[in-house]
Amino acid sequence: MGPSHPATHGTIKFNLKLEGEKVLDCDVEVGYLHRGFDKSCEQVTWTQVIPYTDRLNYASSLINNVAYALAVEKLIGAETPPRCQYIRVIVSELARIFDHLTCCGMAASELGAITVGFYMIEARELITRIIENLTGARLTVTYVRIGGVKHDLTPGFAESVTATFKTIRKLLEDCDRLLSRNRIFLDRMSHVGVISKETALNYCLTGPILRATGVDYDVRKTFPYLVYDQMDFEVPVGSRGDNYDRFLCRIREIEQSMKIVEQALEKLPVGPVWIDDPRFVLPEKEKVYGSIEGLMHHFKIIMEGVQVPAGETYCAVEGGNGELGFYVVSDGGGKPYRLRVRPPCFIAMGAFHRMIEGYMVADIIPTFGMINMIGGECDR
Amino acid sequence: MAETTSQLATLHEILGAKILHSLRAQGDDVVILDRSGLRESFRSLRDQMEFDFLSDITAVDYWQKKAPRFEVIYQMLSLKKRNRLRLRVPVPEEDPTVDSLTPLWQGANFLEREVWDLYGIRFNGHPDLRRILLYDEFQGHPLRKDYPVNLVQPRVPERPVDGTFVDERSRNKLLSLQKSLGRKR
Repeated sequence: MGPSHPATHGTIKFNLKLEGEKVLDCDVEVGYLHRGFDKSCEQVTWTQVIPYTDRLNYASSLINNVAYALAVEKLIGAETPPRCQYIRVIVSELARIFDHLTCCGMAASELGAITVGFYMIEARELITRIIENLTGARLTVTYVRIGGVKHDLTPGFAESVTATFKTIRKLLEDCDRLLSRNRIFLDRMSHVGVISKETALNYCLTGPILRATGVDYDVRKTFPYLVYDQMDFEVPVGSRGDNYDRFLCRIREIEQSMKIVEQALEKLPVGPVWIDDPRFVLPEKEKVYGSIEGLMHHFKIIMEGVQVPAGETYCAVEGGNGELGFYVVSDGGGKPYRLRVRPPCFIAMGAFHRMIEGYMVADIIPTFGMINMIGGECDR
Repeated sequence: MAETTSQLATLHEILGAKILHSLRAQGDDVVILDRSGLRESFRSLRDQMEFDFLSDITAVDYWQKKAPRFEVIYQMLSLKKRNRLRLRVPVPEEDPTVDSLTPLWQGANFLEREVWDLYGIRFNGHPDLRRILLYDEFQGHPLRKDYPVNLVQPRVPERPVDGTFVDERSRNKLLSLQKSLGRKR
C-alpha cells in the first residue's frame, strides 16, 4: 500500500502481509521525503536553521521554532523576558490547535464525514489568518528568533483571537453533533488500532497516542518550560488506547489550548520581546546605518552567525504529536556542529505495525490518520 | 539540585566502573558510559533507577576532534520521578558497534536503524538492521563528517518488485493509448 495512496496524506509505504482482508504483518517504509535536514543544518548559521525547522512539522511550525530557539538558548544560558515567553506560549498553542484541527479534520473526512472535514478546515483557516496577520506567512512562519521573537504582537491581536475562538467553539460544537452519535464514524474509530499502556511505553510513544492509553505524560506539565507552570489547564487522557480515544484527546486538547491562549493574553506583561544581550540581538536600523560600530555588529551577526558556546544540550517541548526534542551540539562557532530532532511521528510509525496487526486493511486509514504522520518531520 | 546530585551518586553506586565520567550541564545530568555490557547497564537503569522511558537515540561524529570518534547519545526519562538523564557512549572508529536496546524497548528499533543508516554504527542483537531513511543501494553514511555535503550518488537501476500484480488488460490499454497518442503527434 503506497507510497502514493489517496487516503494516506503523506508519502509512505506499507508492505502488508494479508489473509484476505486481515493484516497479519506490516512493514512500514519511511524516508520518501528525506532531504538531509541534519546535514543541511550543519552547513548554515544558527539563525539560518530556523526556516529549516519550519519545514519539519509544517502543521505546527511555530512549535518547532520555539523548541529550536529554546534549545539554543539553553546552551547559551539565556532566558528571554517574560513578555517574549508569553508570546511564545500563545503562538505554540495556536499552532497546536492548527495541528489538531488538521489531524482530526482529515481523519474524519477520510472516513466519509466530509462535512466535518470542511468545518475543521474552516476553523483552521481562521487560525491561519491570525498567524498570517502576526507573522506574515501562513505555514512556514519563521517567527521565533534566538533570544526573542521577530516582533511584538500586532495591534488588535487579542480581539481577533477572541472573535476567532468564538467561531471555532461553535464549529467544534457542530462537529461534535455530527460525529458523536455517527454510527459509521464510531464503528470505524472505536476499538480499532488499540495499543495498551505497557506497549505504548515500550515503543517510546508520546503525545495524544500515549495519553489515549491513560498515561498523563505531557511535557508542558511534567517538565514545565516557558510559563506553562503559571497556566491553568488539564491534560486530557483516554483509557482504551484506540483511535476514538486519540481523537477525543486531540479535540479536548484544542479546548485546553484555547483556554491557555486566553489566559496568556489576559496575563500578558508589558516589556521587551528580546533579551538584552548584544551578542545575539541584531542592532536597531538607525545604529546600523548611522554608526560604524552598529554596522560592524550587524555584519558580524549576519555573516558569522551568533556565537554559541561549545557544549551539548537537549531540550524538549510538547509538539502537536508528542515530545519534540532538539539535541544541539556546538563546537563554539557560528554553525551547529550537530542538530538532532526527536521526531514524535517517526517513533509513532515504528509502533504502527503493533497498532494494525490483526485488524482489517480498511482500519489502516483511521489509524494512520490519528498518528498524524507529517512527512517533513518523519523523514527529515 | 541536591536531589539530582544524589541521583548521580546512586547511578555511580549501581553502575560502578561502567561510568567513565559524569557531569551536570545546563541543568541536565549527563553520564558517559562504557559500551561493554551496555544492555545490562540499561536494564539496571530501567529496573533499579526507574528510568522506564527511552526518549531518543542518536549519534555524533567527532571526526578529528576526539579520540573515540563516535558517541551514541541516549535520552532517558523517568515518568515516575520526573527526571531526565542523558547517556553518552563513546564508540571507536575501528569497531563501530554497540549493544542494541531493542530487546528492552521496542521503540529503539527505528531509532537504531536510523543511526545505522546515517552514521554506520552497528547494533549487536538488533532484529532487523536495515537502512530506513535512505535506500538500500546508498553508498556511505551521510551524517559522518567525512561525507562531503555535495557528493552525488551513483544511479541505481530500477528494482524489480516481487509479487507486484500487474493487470495485463490495463497494460495493453495503456500501450494502445500511447500508440494512438504517438500517431496523433
